[in-house]
Amino acid sequence: MDPLIASASVIAAALSVGLASVGPGIGQGNASGQAVEGIARQPEAEGKIRGTLLLTLAFMESLTIYGLVISLVLLFANPFS
Amino acid sequence: MLRTRFATAPLETSMETLNLHLAYHSLPLASLEVGKHFYWYVGNLKIHGQVLLASWFVIAVLVIASLSATRKIQRVPSGMQNFMEYALEFLRDLAKNQLGEKEYRPWVPFIGTLFLFIFVSNWSGALIPWKVIELPEGELAAPTNDINTTVALALLTSAAYFTAGFSKKGLGYFANYVQPIPVLLPIKILEDFTKPLSLSFRLFGNILADELVVAVLVLLVPLFVPLPLMLLGLFTSAIQALVFATLAGAYIHEAIETEGEEEH
Repeated sequence: MDPLIASASVIAAALSVGLASVGPGIGQGNASGQAVEGIARQPEAEGKIRGTLLLTLAFMESLTIYGLVISLVLLFANPFS
Repeated sequence: MLRTRFATAPLETSMETLNLHLAYHSLPLASLEVGKHFYWYVGNLKIHGQVLLASWFVIAVLVIASLSATRKIQRVPSGMQNFMEYALEFLRDLAKNQLGEKEYRPWVPFIGTLFLFIFVSNWSGALIPWKVIELPEGELAAPTNDINTTVALALLTSAAYFTAGFSKKGLGYFANYVQPIPVLLPIKILEDFTKPLSLSFRLFGNILADELVVAVLVLLVPLFVPLPLMLLGLFTSAIQALVFATLAGAYIHEAIETEGEEEH
């Protein structure tokens, strides 16, 4: 494999997973904060809020996972080599 | 799980072997993978044997569980029957939440099967010590950490919601694409492709990420330290199964409902 392509792929893999985790991180923090607020206000709704929160967190998590998939492709199934 | 091979092979050589694999692939969907595979040859196709073995195991577990639950049905359930009735109730509620009281019944088998298969395969990857069984090449793991499995499940979901839409509204289903405003037509068409794409990548990426994280941590500290992350892995894999089934239900609901609500 061309060393230039290899190094570029490694850097791109690191960047893709790192950058992809920024947005979902902010989003997950926001959502969890709001959920905590909601539970503090209405402790009886905790079960419902927790269920919804987990589901939405999984959705946000998947955005990071897309970045991870891209970096895995770059590392292990690189189409440019 | 992807333990030692992933770690011990230097990056460059593993890249080269993988690229070799990439070159040999006859199916484009199969080109996304980590590690080696235990190939079976059927005609011109290369089949990932380890995935099939693991998924047959999962299917066997599910079939045996349901057979033993329905073998001697009693009025007052106990043991296995009790557990499976609980599972069925959970799945029915899941479908009912997404599809609504009127429409949910015919879709319980589909959504339930999706959930059970994904759930059991995710947990089998995490709980069963597959490494004990030696394969000539590749290793057994959760069937869902292979992109082919998840793409197949996602395409089944696509087929299901198209079937739902067509059987409910006939060709009027296409009205969905221009329903609120025709400007959105390209986006709606694009959605048909992004739905299976995101479904399959989400499941595949999550399961693979779980196994990779555990593998890396086991490499660094072999004892006790990976346990919390393994527990987190169990949790996320259960959630992923739930998310997949929920989304399948939501897509089917979308295909069935949108126009119907406006007619009433």
